[in-house]
Amino acid sequence: MSFPVHDLPRRLQPCIVGVGETRYTRRGGHNDTPELKLCLQAIHAAAADAGIHAGEIDGFASFGFERHEPAVVQTALAAPLLRYASIVWGGGGGGCSGAVMLAAMAVATGQCRYAVVYRSICQGQHERYGQFRERPLWGSYIAPYGLMSPGMMVALGYRRFMEESGSTAEDLCEVAMNSRANAQHNPRAVMKGKPLNREGYFGARMVADPFRLNDCCLETDGACAIIVAPREVAEKLQRPSVPILGAAMASGPRWSLGPMGSHNMPLEDYATINSREVAKAIYEQAGIGPGDIDVAQIYDAFTGLIPMALEDYGICGKGETSAFIQSGALRQGGRLPINTAGGLHSEAYLHGLNLIIEGVRQARGEAVLQVPNVRHCLVTSGGGTGQKSALVLGGA
Amino acid sequence: MSYLPAGIPAPRPTVDDAPFWAACQEQRLVIRHCEACSRFFHPPMPCCPRCGSFDVAWKPVSGQGSIYTWTVGHQAIHPALKDHGPYNVCVILLDDADDVRLVTNVVDVAPEELRIGLPVAVCFEEAGDGTLLPRFRRADEQGERQQ
Repeated sequence: MSFPVHDLPRRLQPCIVGVGETRYTRRGGHNDTPELKLCLQAIHAAAADAGIHAGEIDGFASFGFERHEPAVVQTALAAPLLRYASIVWGGGGGGCSGAVMLAAMAVATGQCRYAVVYRSICQGQHERYGQFRERPLWGSYIAPYGLMSPGMMVALGYRRFMEESGSTAEDLCEVAMNSRANAQHNPRAVMKGKPLNREGYFGARMVADPFRLNDCCLETDGACAIIVAPREVAEKLQRPSVPILGAAMASGPRWSLGPMGSHNMPLEDYATINSREVAKAIYEQAGIGPGDIDVAQIYDAFTGLIPMALEDYGICGKGETSAFIQSGALRQGGRLPINTAGGLHSEAYLHGLNLIIEGVRQARGEAVLQVPNVRHCLVTSGGGTGQKSALVLGGA
Repeated sequence: MSYLPAGIPAPRPTVDDAPFWAACQEQRLVIRHCEACSRFFHPPMPCCPRCGSFDVAWKPVSGQGSIYTWTVGHQAIHPALKDHGPYNVCVILLDDADDVRLVTNVVDVAPEELRIGLPVAVCFEEAGDGTLLPRFRRADEQGERQQ
């Protein structure tokens, strides 16, 4: 089976043909380099990985508040033609796999030949995500009460999840330590060389109860990019290409902006990350079930999103998550290794596009912490807000 | 004294929700109600999020409810919070408005006493610009507001 429909001609199957990134730094680490330059460097790296010239790129997709518009990027790449440009609505994290979906749709329908998905974030040069920012929708219903940071927003949902599922602070500790342990093998990881143990986790300050410091993702600067092409083009490149077997975005009923504004989704959906519809779509497209996933990159702006994702994506039944996590299943060698490069907690926070890059490396068999014989890699984007998205990548 | 410092952003009524805030100034809580399917919804929108009807009105509710979920913020994420201690943000499930929830603060419960299901009742407190905001206080288990 293949994306986006089961009888799509094989030659049109969208594939990821190249990935690239800049060096990832702590917030402020790239203050001497314009964010646009980093964005271009990441795209050049992805083009080199694909074995093409960056000027051949003719499609552009991004998400959230990406500051660099396609026509500007096209010009700076000396690319003669822009044939497709799009962006996914929303704050960012939820649109990451959705942007890959747009790129995949563009190449599969012949709108362009090489579509690049890119994301550049320099919080040192621009706004900090962990601080209060004016939000256009429903600010009156959250800001006057001090609900201003993503950490507090996600904490509300996770608190309820703990109540309903029996999940505990020990689960968050295990998730945080696992990401950090994985990052110790990854030369790109901002947290390489800084392992985390249980004492360090529980000894760190509380940020937004129940989230402590190490439950919150990094504040980093950098850029990354992914190039998508149809299979007939990919095969001519004679490089490993990763088929996109499933790609979808979705939101359940009455979520609106979720914890960013409305908390009035149906009660039975509150303690979720609004990803059950996305999960259904990608499994159906890929023709697989949760048990077929060999490795996963799960959006982890906060650790609590991971236990919730395990339930939304059907990897654990309701209430089974805590035992699954405590069994060591998420670790290297476990039933479902996750965030094998360190994730947004320990590699870098590029709104999750770096999770897709790690998924591609796993699918190609060239990750630093490689899971053997990857046939299906799940990548999820976002947690708890507007529309969410996800991908299933096939083995290269 | 208000639960949070005066420099925190105050509500900005819009054409969608001016009646909600106007009622608060009279210390009344009103919630959007769909006249077509007879259910409450929040935040205010031009249409009912269940049936899509434009036939929507405002109805008073008792202001009794319970804590549906909560967090305590320990970080000064806004300049006005500098040197301010930890504070709670709670989601309150109202007793008599279907499944409507409000984001707010519970002003008289210590962080260690917060729990899901704790009964609360609405009270009104000034935001920095004098606007009255709905916040909540602990109620006893019968739902009566404590003095």
